[in-house]
Amino acid sequence: MRKSDGFWLFIGSGMLLLAAILIQAHFVARADLPLLRQKAAVVKNLGLTDLCLSTEARYTRHLSQSDWHAAFQSHPLALDHFPSGSVFAPPGTLKKSHD
Amino acid sequence: MIRSIEKQRNILDFTLSSLWRRWGKNLALVVVYTLVVFSLGSVMFFTQALKNEAAIILRGTPEIIVQKLVAGRHELIPVAYAQKISAIRGVEAVKDRLWGYYFDPVGQANYTLMVPEAIDLNDNEIVVGAGISRVRRVFRGNAMVLRTFDGRPVNLFVKGILSPESELLSSDLMLISATGFRRLFGVSQNDATDLTVKVLNKKEIPTIAAKIVDTLPDTRAITRDEILRTYDAVFDWRGGIMIAILAGAVLAFLIFAWDKAAGLSAEEKREIGILKAIGWETTDVLQMKFWEGMVVSLSSFFLGVILAYFHIFYASATLFEPVLKGWSTLYPDFRLTPFISGYQIAILFFFTVIPYTVATIIPAWRAATIDPDVVMRF
Repeated sequence: MRKSDGFWLFIGSGMLLLAAILIQAHFVARADLPLLRQKAAVVKNLGLTDLCLSTEARYTRHLSQSDWHAAFQSHPLALDHFPSGSVFAPPGTLKKSHD
Repeated sequence: MIRSIEKQRNILDFTLSSLWRRWGKNLALVVVYTLVVFSLGSVMFFTQALKNEAAIILRGTPEIIVQKLVAGRHELIPVAYAQKISAIRGVEAVKDRLWGYYFDPVGQANYTLMVPEAIDLNDNEIVVGAGISRVRRVFRGNAMVLRTFDGRPVNLFVKGILSPESELLSSDLMLISATGFRRLFGVSQNDATDLTVKVLNKKEIPTIAAKIVDTLPDTRAITRDEILRTYDAVFDWRGGIMIAILAGAVLAFLIFAWDKAAGLSAEEKREIGILKAIGWETTDVLQMKFWEGMVVSLSSFFLGVILAYFHIFYASATLFEPVLKGWSTLYPDFRLTPFISGYQIAILFFFTVIPYTVATIIPAWRAATIDPDVVMRF
């Protein structure tokens, strides 16, 4: 087999695998819908407001409920006290209040 | 036509042999390139999946939440505020919510304590999230000792464990009765954590929220739309510190790619010189460089995207876990629904393959226009 044929075989397999991933993701997302509806029911029944993505700080545990967070509150180099705080942007409700 | 295809195949054959001769250098490039695609793809898949999941499951959040603010901080709200809010035209119902945080020194973890409306619990009963059960090793029927606000121990019996499927919502949740909550935190009967408002006409939610703040100036109203928009904005891959970090990585990669393409080794220069001396045109060398770029970028792109997909949806985004987990010991164990589309793949292609191609065009052209006589004299 020529080297170029091997390359096209590799690229073709890559494209097929990518297409398979897209199709599989589509079907898994469809199959997950009842589970997502079940989670939505949990939110409604318990009156929850946020996803539990991080439990280290209240403003990253309840993103939508966070209040004004004072920057530099611990020491001058502490841009944010908690690692998770540096990856989440502040919620719109707080930004709106500063407009 | 067939001749032209055959010519390209020959050039590709030669390019692959040429790449194989310097396999160490090219493998390093493919590894770095794959890592860049993998990182960008992982961020994109993770944020998009969370965004879509949040949009579906947070549709049931309260329509309006009213919180009291004192000196910019969330404070307990007097239950009497509910009557003032009920008097506003268009308000269907106002309910008080009791929730708060408890730091457990035994598990070294923060729990979210909440009084549920839908579940009947005795004063000494609790229902815990799967995360708490895992961290504290408590199961149905076990007892947990919590300390009240004044230091007294309270025995609470686990009535049930919340389903592990809902860990993304309830991992750190501890459901407790209203009496139990007030006893634990010393919250009086006259106060609540916040109030939830149900509105008759959903279109009036923003108007009623504005009226509430107008009537009670020391409060803030958070609407359901704002909660949904928060998650939409927070997990926007185009924003946030993540993309700033990744932009740095992509730029560093482009410099690397430029340097790799521009800094032709003496061997590569001699090779191009010989090719031109035996009759290769500048366009032929350019085509060879084009195929070289295609081999590297397409291989890395496919590998990076496929690895990113498995990392996010089958390995629970293991590499992002330390950042989200931070200093906490309780971390939800969740599986995200793979919400990915062709559009995301196209964007990823645009952000990785196109910059690489652009960064290597000029060095490739320089290599193609090299004078064989000059090179072969070395």
